[in-house]
This record gives sequence, C-alpha cells and structure tokens, in this order.
Amino acid sequence: MQLMTTFHRRIARSLAASGLLLALGLSQPAGAQTITSEPPTTFALSNGLNVVVIPDHRTPVVTQMIWYKVGSADETPGKSGLAHFLEHLMFKGTTKHPQGEFSQTVLKVGGNENAFTSTDYTGYFQRVPREQLGRMMEFEADRMTGLILKDENVLPERDVVLEEYNMRVANNPDARLSEQIMAALYLNHPYGRPVIGWHHEIEKLNREDALAFYRRFYAPNNATLVIAGDVDPTEIRAMAERTYGQIAPQPAIAPRRIRPQEPVPTAPRTVTLADPNVQQTVLKRYYLVPSAVTASPQESAALDVLAQLMGSGSNSRLYRALVVDHPLAVSASAGYQGTAVDPTQFMISVSPKPGVEFAAAEAAVDGVIADMKQNPASAESLERAKTQLIAQAIYAQDNQATLAQWYGAALTVGLSVEDIRSWPDRVRAVTAAQVREAAQKWLDKKRSVTGYLIKDTTPKGEEKRS
Amino acid sequence: MTVSCSRAYRAAFALMIGLALLLLQPAPSYATTRIQHLKTPGGIEAWFVQDATVPLIAMQYAFGGGADQDPADKPGVGTMVAGLLDEGAGELDSKTFHERLDRRAIELSFNSTRDYFRGSLRMLKDNRDEAFGLLRLALTAPRFDADDVERIRSQVMSGLRRQTTDPGSLASIKLLQTEFGDHPYGRPASGTLTSVPTIKISDLRDYTRRVLAKDTLKISVVGDIDAATLSKLLDDTFGGLPAKGDLTPVAEVKPAQPPQRFFIPLDVPQTVVAFGGPGVKRDDPDFMTAYVVNHILGGGSLTSRLYREVREKRGLVYSVYQYLAWMAHSSLFIGTTATRADRAGQTVETIDKEVRRMAEEGPTQQELDEAKSYLKGSQMLALDTSSKLASGLLQYQLDNLGIDYIEKRNALVDAVTLDDAKRVAKRLWGHGLVTVVVGRAPQAAAQPAAATPSKVD
Repeated sequence: MQLMTTFHRRIARSLAASGLLLALGLSQPAGAQTITSEPPTTFALSNGLNVVVIPDHRTPVVTQMIWYKVGSADETPGKSGLAHFLEHLMFKGTTKHPQGEFSQTVLKVGGNENAFTSTDYTGYFQRVPREQLGRMMEFEADRMTGLILKDENVLPERDVVLEEYNMRVANNPDARLSEQIMAALYLNHPYGRPVIGWHHEIEKLNREDALAFYRRFYAPNNATLVIAGDVDPTEIRAMAERTYGQIAPQPAIAPRRIRPQEPVPTAPRTVTLADPNVQQTVLKRYYLVPSAVTASPQESAALDVLAQLMGSGSNSRLYRALVVDHPLAVSASAGYQGTAVDPTQFMISVSPKPGVEFAAAEAAVDGVIADMKQNPASAESLERAKTQLIAQAIYAQDNQATLAQWYGAALTVGLSVEDIRSWPDRVRAVTAAQVREAAQKWLDKKRSVTGYLIKDTTPKGEEKRS
Repeated sequence: MTVSCSRAYRAAFALMIGLALLLLQPAPSYATTRIQHLKTPGGIEAWFVQDATVPLIAMQYAFGGGADQDPADKPGVGTMVAGLLDEGAGELDSKTFHERLDRRAIELSFNSTRDYFRGSLRMLKDNRDEAFGLLRLALTAPRFDADDVERIRSQVMSGLRRQTTDPGSLASIKLLQTEFGDHPYGRPASGTLTSVPTIKISDLRDYTRRVLAKDTLKISVVGDIDAATLSKLLDDTFGGLPAKGDLTPVAEVKPAQPPQRFFIPLDVPQTVVAFGGPGVKRDDPDFMTAYVVNHILGGGSLTSRLYREVREKRGLVYSVYQYLAWMAHSSLFIGTTATRADRAGQTVETIDKEVRRMAEEGPTQQELDEAKSYLKGSQMLALDTSSKLASGLLQYQLDNLGIDYIEKRNALVDAVTLDDAKRVAKRLWGHGLVTVVVGRAPQAAAQPAAATPSKVD
C-alpha cells in the first residue's frame, strides 16, 4: 500500500492519472483477452454538434454529458475564473425552464447531475434512468442558448465560488504551491492561470461578463455530446436532431483554438511556498512537455509509459529510490496529463520524511532521471508498465461515466475517436529506446519549475483580512 | 429474479450449477436482477452476479471487526495491518509481491473501517488464478517484515501529522470523541500520533489472527466468471482461514445528546463546521423514514433544504450536506460545511434554524413525495458498475438485509408516511445539534450569539 500525496489537479479534472488512456475495443494487453464490447457510434448534426454514443446495457441507466470547447485558457486576461463562474451560473434557469426545474426533474427520477471546468473544456452531465434521456436532452439543449441571469442569483453564486476557492486553494497549501508552480511554468500561455481564477479577479466577475462569455462560446458547433448507457444508438440521432438540432450554429467560433505559445524554455525556475500549517513538506517538479495533441502519437504514448515506470506504484523507480531503498521520503510519484490542447506537464511529487533536507530528496530524484536518460528500462519492467496502462482501458469499460469522460475530454481537446481507440496499440508499441529518448528530450531542467512547500515559522504579524 | 444456489448445490456437481443458472436467466436481463447466493463445498458463502459484459471480475469482502478491534491503547493497528497485507506474504517479499500484482494489473487493497476489516480485489478475467492466489497468501501468510512495517508506519504518521492542522479532520475527530467518549467509536480509526509509534509487529499478528476468520466473513463477487470456478477459487482463497475469530465484544453505545458547541482555534482562511447527533440504527423500524427525512433536510443533492438556505439563498458556503452514519453498535447523523471566518456565525445559525424547523414542522407532503421518488430511482445508479454492484451487495449483507432487498426497497420507501416523517424528524433533531467549529476566532464585534462557543478546547 502507498499513502500518496495526490497531485492537486485542476478543478474536476478527474481523468485517470496517466492522462490520455481511453481506449475500448481492439486492445490485446499482454496476457489478457481481446475486448469485444460494442464500439461507440459517432455522428455530427448539420449545425456542427458532434455526438458520441457508447452503449452499456448492464443496468437501465444512461449518462448524458455535454462538453463545450471552452475552458479557463480561453478567458480574456483580467477575467480569470469566468469559465468556471459561468459553469455555476448555468444552473440558474432559462426562459422556458425557471431555476430549479431542471435539477428537480433530475432528482425526481433519482438521477444525479453536476458540472466541471478545466483549462480546455467545460462539461455538464446527468445520470438518469434510461427512459428519462429524452427530457434530459431537451433541458440541456434548452440551456445551451436560453440562460437567464439576474443579479439576485449571480451575486450570491459569486460568494459560493469564493468559498469554493477558499476550500480548494486558500485552505490547502499544497494546492497553492501547485498554483505558483503553474504560474511560473507558463511564461506566456494561459495555462499559467488557475482554472478557478485569481481571487482578486473572481470577486469582480459579474452578470455581463458571464453572459458575454456564454454567447460567445456556447453553441452546437463548439460542443460534443456524449451519451453512454442503456441506449440504442439509432434512436439517439433522432432525439438529438429534435433537441440540439434546432439550435443555430455560431459561425464566429473558430474551429481550432489558437493561444499564445510558450517560448523555448531557457531557465530552470524554483518557487517556495511557506505556510504555518504545513506539517508535511512537499517537493514538486513540473516539466513543460507536449500533450497528446501537440506530440507525435508515439511520443505521447512514450511519455505515458515514462510516467508509469518512473512514478506509479510501489515498484516505480522514484518510489524505490526514495521510499524503499533509501529512507528519504514517505511517498514519491510521477504523472503525465496528455489530454490537453497545448503543451502540458510532466509532474513529480515527493513528500520527504521528517528531517530529510530537500537537497537530499532532490538529488535522489535527479539520480532517477539521469538513470532513465542513460539506461534503457529492463524488458520486464517495461512490459509491466505497459500492461498496467493498457489494463486501465479495460477497467474503464466497467464504468459508463468514466468512458463518457474519456471520450468527451479527448474529443474536446482535438483528438479523434481513432486516436482514442488506437491508444493501447500505441502503448504496446513503445520501446525502451523511445522511453529513454522521451526522458532525454523532455526532462530537461530548463523546461522545469521546482516547488518547495515549507512550514512558515516566522512570527505572525497583524494579518490583513481579505 | 433471485436464484438461491445453496439448496441445489448439495445435490449437484459444481459444473451443473453454472448451467442451471444460465438456463434460469431471463435474457436480456439487468445485472441487478441476477443475484445468486453461492455456497461453496468448503462452506464459504457469497452473493454473486455473473456478467460477461466486461472481461473483469470485482470482489468485495469484509470481516467483522475493524478499528473497533484495535487494542484500547493502540488505535491504528487495523489501519497498519490494512497497509501491510500487500507488502509481502509467504515466500514473496514486498518487491516481488508488488511485481506479481503489477505484471497482471491486479488491483488488491485493504481497509480498516469502524466495524469491518474490508478488502477489494479486481482483475482481468484471465488473471483470476494469480489474483486469488496472491490474495490467499496475503490473508493467510503476511510477512510484516520490519522494513515494510516502518515504511508504512511513516506514511500513517505523515497522514496523522497533516491532520493536526487540517480543519476538517480536527472537526470530525472532535465530533466523534464527543459523541462516543471512551467507546472504540470515539477513537480515530487511523490511530494517533502517540499510539502509532507504539504498535509492534506482534500487535499486527495478533490482530490478523483475531479478525481474519471465516465466521464473520461476507463476500460479494460480480464479473465474468461462472459459479463453479468461483466456488473453487473462494474455497482455495478463504478456506485456510481459522473457522472462528477471537473478537473483543463491542458494547452498544448511546451517542451524547445535543445541544453542545465546541470551538477549536486554527489559523486557516476558511472555517470548517461539523455537526451531528444521535441517528437511527440500521435495524430500527424508523430507519427508512429517517433516511428519507435526512435526504430532504441535507441529502447530497442540489435541492436539500440546507443546500437551498445556506448556499443558494445566502451564498454562505460551497458545500453543505448531512448523512446518516449507521454502525453495528450505534448510529449518528453527521453534517459538514465550510465558510469564511466572519460568516461562520451566520452559517451555524442558519443550519440550526433549519434543523429546528424540520424537527418542529417536519417536511411537506410535496417534499416527501419528491424525496421518495428520488430515492426509488437512485438505486440503479448506485449499482451500475461491477465494483459498485459488488460494494452494494456487500453492504446489504453487512446490514443483514435479504438477498431480495433490491426488489423490496422501493416498497419500504413508499411505506413512509408524512406522520412518520414528522415524528422521526422530531426524534432526530428535536434536541438540536452537537456543533464543532474549527477556524479563526470571529472578531468579537462581528460575533453573533450563535457562534459563541459553549466550551473552548
């Protein structure tokens, strides 16, 4: 067992740790069987809405998820947190269905619902008994353009978001360190802004900001609809036409998102965050690396395997070097988030044991990295890492909501269904040489920020109230 | 449809069971309608759903006696055992054991909860022999090598140190201490900073000997495997355990009565509030009614009274909810929320007012109807993956509900009347709340009466 510090990721970015993953069908993991589940059905409506249907007939339940190709990285500078704020406000009712009606309908049938925002997307979902899907589609299509906002519900909701900020960030020194690392890692690209926003900007967001953002980005040609569960794909097309099909596209939305890109990184950076409540120091290092969209297909799979070998599980290289073989840390892990529009992060996290200096822990991390750059992984360990990655794709098939999430996220950042389905094959094809090359090319300190979380022991002066 | 295998089994060969079940299955059918009661030749019982949709097998199981079997002066023993059972067993040291798991992507974990020592095993179907074999080793021949014990101890200690400045942990530890005092339920399941360093390898061995036994074992399995094959694997895996455990009896306990208020000062930007009081036990005739009224007051939906009043109308918090926590020997209702220090008083007051109003007036007929409708529909959503279904079936066994509970549950929900709901709301909340507030002291001037702590810790 490992008691690991989980990486603090962006809001509701609950995709599996190794990033891209996804994959149904066709996989043949080492020592495992061929998958025979039905492949997803995909089609597009004439207004540009993409639709993915993933059948699962085990229980009479269906999941509807709508994914908008807009996230915090698409916000105007100065309005950080707007994508997430709008996500909250999308529950405030429309001309046709006043506030509460949609949620009440979901509840009356025993369903659940929620929403999530990330750097690259905003999503909404309901999970309901299968016969309710038609109504859910009607409601969700209605709020794509019908939202009504009034100050009386916008302003209390902004307070709610500020409390969410307090919970996720202000009260959580680990999250504040990650926020600082991201801001230092991205010199030019908007991924450096927190998804929830900077506090001083969240508190100024208003109704007009939210509505303008909504009108600009919420349209069928900027969305992907994923339906997973006990449904017949042939029926979904007609239902989608009747609901979403009635909404006009928004021609001003560009098909591809072009954002300011990072310059070639030239200097390693460090940040230190001190907080009086820190009881466990933390060392993190983030490297700027290509995403599954910006990398060559094989390179992104190699990064997945590299992260697995280096930092997933009790036999990963970091865990062995820092936790098992030398008593330097209570936990050590690595991860790679490939599902992103623009270059993303390869992340390392270490919780040093009491009394262990950062320098000792960091030297051990550097030792593991140097070794991975120099020596190819053993055939046995490589096989183990690949098997585990590929198995995740099969385990994911057990959960329709997870599948809907994988497909939705991948398609929304610009990957294709084929990219998703061929992922196990690409992982299987990764060689020890490719893993070593990925480490050599991308785990370059100039591309990195190292963050230190320490206990603040300075005596406290008069504190300003926020 | 429910098929009970146990009677037929005595007269039949193992292979025929699988065949008989196959014939009895209506096709197509949902997984939740095909629950079998399996009894192996070795006498191991399990609830089982055969489903080949995804080529995997998920098993959940529990032994009676979790953290409540920790020695009184050593809370955390069960948690340490849970952390160490996969760190080497039999001839396999920790490294080799993990390699064997990793090589086939077998997911194996243990967890010590208040009343149960629980385990989870998930594998791709082709790896079932290796997975069950490794589990057998872990349960029957754990090594507890000194290095591994120290490594896991350091991880548990790291978590405990973090808790000392985590407002949510401090609040819930205080709430349980207040409710249960010296009873085992009042002790933290993961131990304390003073208890964990004193735990010896002999304590771990003693705990496994006393707890991991067949007489309290409950198992549920969902996945791509037939009854005969599963029977054999269950016998091989669990058959070697002692027939009877050696559990320390745990007394029934009545939780402390509200109202009580505590304030724990901690310099954090957001104040955390935990609240609770005596609940309704799972076998109490009022249980389902309590479940329904709790849903109306504070269930985890976007429309509960607390959500509406505290979050929607006033924007005081991001999250506020309340749930029933039932244990083998007691029960509670527990709620939690968090807000800015200068609004903590108003938040506590608003919650208090809503709780009082529910106790005095009960829900409306419309609220009751909507809650019933939700609870009936939500059952299937809780059971829509192999792992969730296995967990659900295990919980029904631990709660002593019949194998046909899934079919009966809706009628139990429907039977709740408005009069019942009002009576049980008064029973649950008529005395108010035990409240624990953790955060910065509100400024004296801005401090409403409701936030005045009655005791200071």
